Amino acid sequence: MRKSLAVHDLDWLLLALAVLIAAIGVVEIYGTTAHTALASQYKRQIFWVAMGVIVALVVSQLDYHLILEHSPWLFALCVITLAGLLLGGRSIAGTRRWLHLGGLTFQVSELAKMVIILVVAAHFADRRGNSTAWRDLAKLGALVGVPAVLVALEPDLGTALTFFPIVAVAIFMGGIRARHVVALGLLFALILPLGWHHLRPYQRERVLTFLNPSQDTQGSSYQVTQTRIAIGSGGFWGKGIGNGTQSRLGFIPVSRADSIFAAFAEEKGFVGTLFVLLLYFALLLRLTDGAQMARDRAGAFLVIGIASVLFFQIVVNIGMLIGFFPIAGIPLPLMSQGGSSVLLTFAGLGLAMSVKMRRILN
Amino acid sequence: MRIRFPEEERLPAWKIAFLQYTIAVAFLMLLGGYWRLQIGQHRLLLDQAERNRIRYLPIIAPRGRILDREGRVLADSTPAFTILLTREGGAPLTPARIEAIARGLRLDLEELQRQLERASHLPRFQPVVIKSLATPEDIAFVESHRLEYPEIDLIQVHQRIYPKHQAAAAVLGYVGEVSEEMIARRGSNYRPGDVAGRFGIEASYDSVLAGRDGTRRVVVDSRGREVGSLTTIEARAGNDLRLSLDLDLQMAGEALLGTRPGAVVVLDPRTGEVLAMVSHPVFDPNDFARRIDREEWKRLTSDPLKPMMNKAIQAQLAPGSVFKIITGAAALETGTVTPSFTISCPGAVTLYGYTYHDWQTGHGLVNFHRAIVVSCDVYFYTLGKLLGIDKIDYFAKELGLGSRTGIDLPSEEPGLVPSPAWVQKTFQRKWWAGETISVATGQGAVVVTPLQLAYAIGGVASGGDLQRPHLAFRDQLQAPGKDSPKDSERHFPLSETTVDALLKGMWGVVNENGTGAGARCPGIEIAGKTGTAQVVSASLRQSSRDSAFRNTAWFVGFSPAYNPEIVVSVMVMQGEHSSVAAPIARDVIKAYYDKKLLHRTAPDERQAQIRLLSRLQEGAAARPGSPGKAGDSH
Repeated sequence: MRKSLAVHDLDWLLLALAVLIAAIGVVEIYGTTAHTALASQYKRQIFWVAMGVIVALVVSQLDYHLILEHSPWLFALCVITLAGLLLGGRSIAGTRRWLHLGGLTFQVSELAKMVIILVVAAHFADRRGNSTAWRDLAKLGALVGVPAVLVALEPDLGTALTFFPIVAVAIFMGGIRARHVVALGLLFALILPLGWHHLRPYQRERVLTFLNPSQDTQGSSYQVTQTRIAIGSGGFWGKGIGNGTQSRLGFIPVSRADSIFAAFAEEKGFVGTLFVLLLYFALLLRLTDGAQMARDRAGAFLVIGIASVLFFQIVVNIGMLIGFFPIAGIPLPLMSQGGSSVLLTFAGLGLAMSVKMRRILN
Repeated sequence: MRIRFPEEERLPAWKIAFLQYTIAVAFLMLLGGYWRLQIGQHRLLLDQAERNRIRYLPIIAPRGRILDREGRVLADSTPAFTILLTREGGAPLTPARIEAIARGLRLDLEELQRQLERASHLPRFQPVVIKSLATPEDIAFVESHRLEYPEIDLIQVHQRIYPKHQAAAAVLGYVGEVSEEMIARRGSNYRPGDVAGRFGIEASYDSVLAGRDGTRRVVVDSRGREVGSLTTIEARAGNDLRLSLDLDLQMAGEALLGTRPGAVVVLDPRTGEVLAMVSHPVFDPNDFARRIDREEWKRLTSDPLKPMMNKAIQAQLAPGSVFKIITGAAALETGTVTPSFTISCPGAVTLYGYTYHDWQTGHGLVNFHRAIVVSCDVYFYTLGKLLGIDKIDYFAKELGLGSRTGIDLPSEEPGLVPSPAWVQKTFQRKWWAGETISVATGQGAVVVTPLQLAYAIGGVASGGDLQRPHLAFRDQLQAPGKDSPKDSERHFPLSETTVDALLKGMWGVVNENGTGAGARCPGIEIAGKTGTAQVVSASLRQSSRDSAFRNTAWFVGFSPAYNPEIVVSVMVMQGEHSSVAAPIARDVIKAYYDKKLLHRTAPDERQAQIRLLSRLQEGAAARPGSPGKAGDSH
């Protein structure tokens, strides 16, 4: 096994795309907070992006096989931490999402996402053939289900939901029998009403608003309406950087975080929307191409997992702003403000780079 | 943990391609969605974004003052605050928020909901007035809850105050929030919550007094905080309006009528200027400037004495014997009789099979002059029979009865002079000959307002010159009442002998121990005519059930007898007899002359005082020095 770590073997294009998207995010964060008490937020974001690039480079140098071999331990650690957060975590704004390490806070659910990608890839590493057996499905269900339930209880349903596409795409890639699909579909149909029952009032409201946006007079419809106004008022060319009235005057809630793309679309218009979507598309194509080239199933599943979780988050985040999905607390990878998300997205990209670098067989 | 990593186990290419196509399709759908919003609905959403951030705040124009003829303030404006509610931008207005706001501002929740309901069809960027004239507690509530309730805001307005309270209240009227009909009216610029004149001068001269409100366009953030100002259209203040009313005379009239229900109208018949107009009982217009509470409104509107009515122009009552002047004018002017026409009054007369009683047991031999002085009913029954209804009707109408005078006040009533045509139209029957006899003495269906009687009798005393009554001076005069005569003056010349006979008669009423002897005032020439009427207008009929108000006492007096400069019409609703009305007219006329005399002598007195003062100063200066100077003064 050749372990050359030549600089030119790194996927610089992938990294460049990620940094470009993150830079756009930084500019937008600066724009929407410059006139407020949060004016220095963009500096923190720059710091996290820089850290992210370093993490990506470091991770790319690690042999992913080694990481995969340690994934069960990482998984156990992750589950224990999540459970510990629920039991004894400090509550911020009604949720227990953050792990406090020194002066920093860390969103463990973001880490869990990565770990799930690892354990799923490890599971499929040595599976041959075209089918996934019931036993496999049960195991995968537990791998994704346990952390998902713990995260959903924080409560952070949005992040918990991002775990599922990882395993769903992996099963598709691994192959599944038609009757298993039907069975899973039925199971899902049974769980759905039960899940509805356990949703919190604001979550139910978001779903209802999504299903019937004009009827609702409560807060979540207001949020959807204001976001639509922001995006639509941008027009083709946008209002220009610094002129987004909807985002600057606070009509869009948390325009530097989950709604950053709406603020961006308001100021840069359809042209900007198109540009950023192309960047994301290029990023995802680059990733999935890498899956094709991986030297083994483990690497391929790793890259597919990373791609699918990014894909899911991008589509749901950008789509929910225009009413394609219910509002969910899912950040836009690379653009939304948030250290944990940025850092772990870059870590994921680092893993994908690691896989790609090791594609050449000697 | 050991994991085996078998190599050359690639994923099927079609699955990756499938995944990539899925990504492409999803991105295209996203792009489509953004296209629809950013291109398709751009205009609409841009408009909404603008409305989000731009708020229109009215700048309320201060209302002009109302002054009396000498510039004394009858109605003024003082700064106050009104609370507005913005329905757009900021958090959505949930029922819970509305309830909390109602509690905070101590508003009736149902009333507030109704207000919002009413405003629901208006553009949402237009704020709704939810409380006019905020108390200091309300202002504190708004200021301290700016973050919680960004939708409520304060604006400066101008509260109307009437320093004289009830004096001339029925003339001045009051201001209040515009009604829904006023907003709906064609060409109306009113918006809900606007304050406008609702009665009296405030209503008829609203366009003069109101000025024009300005607007401030401001940029607000999502919490409704102002972050910038765009354009400001300044408010244009309303104009002051000077009335012909003389506050001194008005106050005299108010005091003289006192607690009796009724009206006093003082006119200058030479110009039509209204010098005073009293209507009792009456409201205090200050109560309306604050939002009047329901109890008070109920009390005012259900009072049988109608405090909400300007009785000087809205009370339609039988004129009684005052009408005899009209009958007399018709009889002389048409040559039906001469002033020497004499009858013997036995106290009753039978005409057309009915016996008509005089108000007294018999006046003996009466000629025209005596008939007016003692107000002999039998004499005028006879004149009525001789004249016929058509001539009485013609003269009454030509002398200003039976139609609105056209005074510049809203809701003037026209009164009624009955005629065969009117009876046919109203009751589909023929005129009864006996009705003529009633009408000739001011009874039956004939009804007049106190203003009309002052106008008509002043017109007769001026030889048939009728000047349309008005409160504003000519330069600001506008908005004459409905159905008003086109010309501001009317001529219906009466012959000199007719006028002479009528004026002598009316002088006799006061000065020859006639029915109006109570108006006699040594040193002042007063003439007039009394009246006592049993019939009251339909709107006042209820109050007349009580026997105490059954009679209406009238006295219309003027001075001097020839070419009078002042006419006073007094109507007392519960006057048992005209004798209660005559002294009121006398004292008003006296007050008029007292003031006139004072004004005329004042400069002289002042000069005398100045002379006295200078003499004293000179004297003081002279004593130590030159004594010779004292001789210079004259």
